[in-house]
Amino acid sequence: MSDSAARLVTLSAARWRLSIILTAAMTLIYVAFILLIAFNKQLLGTVLVPGLSLGILLGVLVIVSAWALIMIYVRWTNANYDVALADIRRAHREGR
Amino acid sequence: MGEPNLVAMSGFVIFIALSLVITWFAARRTHSTKDFYAAGGSVTALQNGLALAGDYMSAASFLGIAGLVALSGFDGLIYSIGFLVGWPVVVCLIAEPLRHLGRFTFSDVVAFRLRQAPVRVASAAGSLAVIAFYLIAQMVGAGNLIRLLFGLDYEVAVAIVGVVMLAYVLFGGMIATTWVQIVKAVLLLSGAFMLAAMVLARFSFNPLALFAAAAEQYGPAVLAPGRLVSDPVDAISLGLALMFGTAGLPHILMRFYTVPDGRTARVSVAYATAIIGIFYLLTFILGFGAMVLVGQDAIRGVDAGGNMAAPLLAEVVGGQAFLGFIAAVAFATILAVVAGLTLAGAAALSHDIYVNVFRHGHATEKEQLLVARYATIVLALISIGLGIVFKGQNVAYMVGLAFAIAASANFPALILSMFWKPFTTRGAQASILFGTVATLALIYLSPTIQVDLLKHTTAYFPYRNPGLFTIPLSFIIGIIVSLAAPEPAAAAGFAKLEQQIHFGAPDEDAS
Repeated sequence: MSDSAARLVTLSAARWRLSIILTAAMTLIYVAFILLIAFNKQLLGTVLVPGLSLGILLGVLVIVSAWALIMIYVRWTNANYDVALADIRRAHREGR
Repeated sequence: MGEPNLVAMSGFVIFIALSLVITWFAARRTHSTKDFYAAGGSVTALQNGLALAGDYMSAASFLGIAGLVALSGFDGLIYSIGFLVGWPVVVCLIAEPLRHLGRFTFSDVVAFRLRQAPVRVASAAGSLAVIAFYLIAQMVGAGNLIRLLFGLDYEVAVAIVGVVMLAYVLFGGMIATTWVQIVKAVLLLSGAFMLAAMVLARFSFNPLALFAAAAEQYGPAVLAPGRLVSDPVDAISLGLALMFGTAGLPHILMRFYTVPDGRTARVSVAYATAIIGIFYLLTFILGFGAMVLVGQDAIRGVDAGGNMAAPLLAEVVGGQAFLGFIAAVAFATILAVVAGLTLAGAAALSHDIYVNVFRHGHATEKEQLLVARYATIVLALISIGLGIVFKGQNVAYMVGLAFAIAASANFPALILSMFWKPFTTRGAQASILFGTVATLALIYLSPTIQVDLLKHTTAYFPYRNPGLFTIPLSFIIGIIVSLAAPEPAAAAGFAKLEQQIHFGAPDEDAS
């Protein structure tokens, strides 16, 4: 296996690891939110300040967490993955 | 309501005229199949983000979720969240590989290293099943909405949507569809923003004051979970279908072919998710605004399902003119979503079935474009027909059905073909067909059809949402069938797939 092929395997594995961790995180957050609704409606109905229940707060946080997970993925791939990939491509063209 | 409104009518006519102008410009730029299906692959990240959001924010989510919030408060938020959490899955697992492995349809990816004809027939069938149910929901919704908003006959409304949509998909292809989608997304978002601002102006721009007013008027229950999530198994099952279904919707997946590269595909999802998330938060405010300012009884009086909550709210805070504007925006929304669905269906019929199955991939550009346009006409006629046949049906569950099929039939085959080397042609066929048939069968046997529609006392299958069972089973069936009869050629193609997943197609490498 050439050097660039080996680097591609490592890079590919790193990207899939991040993808799977983020997908799993989103699934867990969402399923936990649904289970909380299913099993403890009273708790989510707790009013924190007038007009704001715990349920609304957590719901908005689930939306914010989806944004955050996507930002993590896009930032990592834009900053690291794309650069490393361009490197490998250059090395490959130069026949190293 | 229900009276022809001058502003609504003008907005409606202006939007149709605008989409025809867009179509005229787009038609002059549509020369190849790549233009027709993928807008020449030259859409920017922000444009594609808006177009993705436009495809996703259907009239059902605008009017339906605002109505759900107005009538039951917090529960509407649960729905919005379900529709949003699929996007991290799309960006992490699907967007870039899809862009690099295929050209026009998601079947391109499933068929990458498998035997073309048998896989394409199966995955085109999966796509068309999703599109059919999604189209029925949109067309029936369109007919009802336009009847309520403009006082037109149901059949006339369905036919207008079908014909206008046909005109711009037929001549303008993906370029026109994308631009109409962008215009619609901007209109919908600014309409929702203005409406929310007018509502919040009455509550010193504090959403919590609005929610508190709702709780005072209708009791604290509106801020707490209600009946929507009563059975945890059903709730999780619906949640999984919404989450993984997004990654299996053919008209959404097709959008990733309109951008130049994987990086743009990825960034466009970030834009789309930001826009969709903000839109759902605004919808939540609109729902509560309608609950307090219009009143639940008044909303139910116009439409028992609450679908008119947002337009009624517009009338209360902004008068006839603003009602007209929101009505025209809702019409634009329906038209744009129907167009996106039709184009995805036309791609499945012509690119997958005709070109790659009947012509074994050997058809001239001219022939492919011609067939794509015939397929568009056929689908437009079918969608008008379906809209009229399903008149008066409760269509809320059809969107759920479309998502359940997308999650159970398309998503597992897509993931296995990209990430699991031993996957075979027969495995893909089995997984897609099982996912489609099992979802349809379980929904037929569920209380939704057996009790609500057929008025039986019990149902054969206790849950309304089959996703929790059908999604894992589709994966398992794809794996078992693949392991039972290995396909060395498919496994041998995996190395090329892994290379291309990162670098894209060799002929695009130079650009």
